[in-house]
Amino acid sequence: MLTKPGIDALGPNAASAPPDASPTPPALPRYEALPDAPLVTIEPGKSWSALDLRELWDYRELLYFLIWRDVKVRYKQTVLGAAWAVLQPLFMMALFSLLFGRVAGIDTGAVPYPLFAFVGLVPWTFFANAVTTSSNSLVSSTHLISKVYFPRLLVPAGAVAACLFDFALSFLALLGMLVYYRVSPTANLLMLPALVALMAGFALGVGMWLSSLNVKYRDVRFVLPFLIQLWLFASSVILPSSAVPERLRWLLYLNPMSGVVEGFRSALLGLPFDWRAIGVAATATAVVLVYAAYSFRRTERSFADII
Amino acid sequence: MRPIVRVENVGKLYQLGSSGAAYGTLRDTLAEAVRSPFSRWRGDAGAATSEQSFWALRGVSFDVRPGEIVGIIGRNGAGKSTLLKILSRITEPTTGRIELYGRVGSLLEVGTGFHPELSGRENVFLNGAILGMGRDEIEKKFDEIVAFAEIEKFLDTPVKRYSSGMYIRLAFAVAAHLESEIMIVDEVLAVGDAQFQEKCLGKMGEIARGGRTVLLVSHNVGIVSSLCTRAVYLADGQLRSEGPAEKIVGEYLSEALESKVHDLERLRPAGMGERVKFLDISLASTEGSHVEVGRPLEFLLTIRSEDDMRGLSIGASIFNVVGACVGSLITREEFSVRAGEVVCLRLKVSALSLAPGSYYSGFSIGRGGHEVRRADLDAVLGVPSFQVLPISDNYLFTNWQLGWGSVIFKDTLLTVVGDVEV
Repeated sequence: MLTKPGIDALGPNAASAPPDASPTPPALPRYEALPDAPLVTIEPGKSWSALDLRELWDYRELLYFLIWRDVKVRYKQTVLGAAWAVLQPLFMMALFSLLFGRVAGIDTGAVPYPLFAFVGLVPWTFFANAVTTSSNSLVSSTHLISKVYFPRLLVPAGAVAACLFDFALSFLALLGMLVYYRVSPTANLLMLPALVALMAGFALGVGMWLSSLNVKYRDVRFVLPFLIQLWLFASSVILPSSAVPERLRWLLYLNPMSGVVEGFRSALLGLPFDWRAIGVAATATAVVLVYAAYSFRRTERSFADII
Repeated sequence: MRPIVRVENVGKLYQLGSSGAAYGTLRDTLAEAVRSPFSRWRGDAGAATSEQSFWALRGVSFDVRPGEIVGIIGRNGAGKSTLLKILSRITEPTTGRIELYGRVGSLLEVGTGFHPELSGRENVFLNGAILGMGRDEIEKKFDEIVAFAEIEKFLDTPVKRYSSGMYIRLAFAVAAHLESEIMIVDEVLAVGDAQFQEKCLGKMGEIARGGRTVLLVSHNVGIVSSLCTRAVYLADGQLRSEGPAEKIVGEYLSEALESKVHDLERLRPAGMGERVKFLDISLASTEGSHVEVGRPLEFLLTIRSEDDMRGLSIGASIFNVVGACVGSLITREEFSVRAGEVVCLRLKVSALSLAPGSYYSGFSIGRGGHEVRRADLDAVLGVPSFQVLPISDNYLFTNWQLGWGSVIFKDTLLTVVGDVEV
C-alpha cells in the first residue's frame, strides 16, 4: 500500500525539518449532523421567482460594505474631495440663474430664481448621479459577478445608496441657502422624508432596470447621458410646472421626478403641495420598482454568462 | 453517511450567439425581432440557434460526503470551471439539481473585490464581506489574517502601493480564514511565488485535516493526488470516472498520454519543428506514467525529418509540480537523420534521484549546447508527465515533503569522528 507524501511541514522552516519529524496527527473530522433539508438547492430557475427578501437581509452587511466602499473611494485623489457633491449643483444653479433667471426672465413667483433652481437641483443631481452610477454598476462589477455569489440586487442598490451621501452634503448647502434667503421652516417640512424615500425609490427602480439591461445591451451606456439631459428638462427643475399648460401637465407628472422636485419646493419653501402630482409620482414609482425588480430577477441568473 | 453535496444530472448549455459576441447589441435583437417576431411569445428562443449552442456540462452526477477532499480534474474545456461556477451559484445550471447541506465558501480567485484605493485593513473587511463573512467574524479573525499575510506594517497603506506579493498574501489570508462547511476552491494556488504556493498548500492541507469538505479544481494532478481523497474526472463536459484520487489521477494521466500526438502540436513553440520534429514522446516503462523512486527514467522519442541532417542531439528538462525546472540534460551522443525518415530513439536517464511527486518534461532536438550555444530545431514542452512513486524494491521514502524540493541527495555518509571535549 502506498502512502502519499505528506504536506504537513510546509513553510519556511520545512526544508530544515528532519525527514522523520512526525507530522501533526490528523484531527478527527469535526462535522456536525447534517441538516435534513439542503441549505441551498441549485436548480434551473423559473421565469418568475419572488424577491428573496430574507436572503437580502442575510447579505445586509455586504450592502453596507459596498456603500461604504463607494463613499470612501469616490473622492479619492481629488483636491476638492467631497466638496464636489456641493459644487456640482451650485455650478448648475449659477448657470441656470444666469440663463433662465436673468436672460430668459422666467417667473418663479415670490421665490428668487437661484433658490428656486437650487431646491430642484439638489434632488435632481442625486437622481442623475444615482441613475448613472447604478446603471453602470453591474458592468463595472464584472470581476465580482463572475467570481462570487451574492444577491446581484445589492450592486445597483449600493450605488444608489452611496449617492444619498452626496445628497446629504448638498442638502446641507441647501439649508445654508435657505438661511441666507431667510426662509422660515413650516410644517411642510414633515413631508421631506417621504419625498426623499420617493426620490431614492424611483432612482433605484430606474437604476436597477437599466443596470440589468446594460449587462446585455451596452448601448445603455451611450444612451444614458443623453437621456439624463433630456430628463432634466421634463423634471420641473428649470421651469415651474405651472409654466406648462394645464391640459398637458399630467404628462409632466407621469415623470415622478417632476413630482419630487415640486414636492421639495413645497416642503422647503412652505408652498402648498400638489397632492395629485405626488400621488401620481408615488404610483409611477411603485410600478417602476415592481417592474424593475421583476426584470432584474429574470435576467439576474444569466448575468455571469453574458457580462 | 449522507452526502453533504449532491449533484444530480447537472448540465449547462451555452448559447454562442449569432454574432459570436458574448453579449448582443440592441440592433441585433431588434433585427432578430423583425425576422421572427413571434418567437419570443412562443417561448422557443433556442430553435433558431440550436446549432450554435453547446453543452459545457452534461448529465454530471456525483455525491460528496462530509470531510472529503474531492479533486475535480480534466483537460482544458472539460467543464471543470463551469461545474465550479454552478456549485458556487455564479451561474445556474440548464438541467439538473444540486443540493448543498452546508454553508458554502467559494474561492474562485483570491482578492475578489479588492479595491486599489482602500487600505489593507479596509480591504480585509470588504473582501471578507464579499466572501460571505460577517463583520464580527472578520473582526475576530483580523489579527490572525494580518499575521498570516505578514503585512502588519502596511495595514493602512492603500493596496495599490503594495507589491504584487503582498497583495496576493493578503488576499489569500482573507480567503484562508473563511470558515464554511463546504469550500469550493479553484486554482488559487497558481499565483504567487514558490514559497507562497507552499504556504497556501500547507494551509489547504490544514483545512483538509480540519474535517471540512473541500471541492478543489486543479490542472495540477500532483496537488490533487497529494491533497485529495477522491477525484472526479471530467471529459468533454461529462463525468468520465470518479473514485479514489490516486486511481483517477492515474487514469487521467494515461488518457492524457494517449492523446499526446494531438497535444504535441499545442506544446510546440512557434517556429519550431519545421525541418525536423518530434512525432511522439513517451515513457518507455510498462507501468504507464509511474516510475518508482530511484529507478532510471526511459523515454521513447519518435522523430521525423524533412531534410538530411547530422550532428543532432537531444535536450531534456524535467519540471516539478509548481513548474520549476528540476534539471536538464543534453545528450553527448549525436545522431543523423535523412529526409523523410522516421527514427525512434531511446533515452535513458540513470543517475537521477527525483523525489516522489509529479513531474513533466520538455524535449528538444538541436545542435550544440555543451561548448557552444545550443540551437534548437524542435522543442516540445509539457510531455510526458509522470509520477515518481515513493516506494521501490530497495528504497522507501513515503514521507517526502513538497517543501524539501525535488531532488533526494542519496549516497550520503554520516560518520562519527570521535568525542569532542567540552
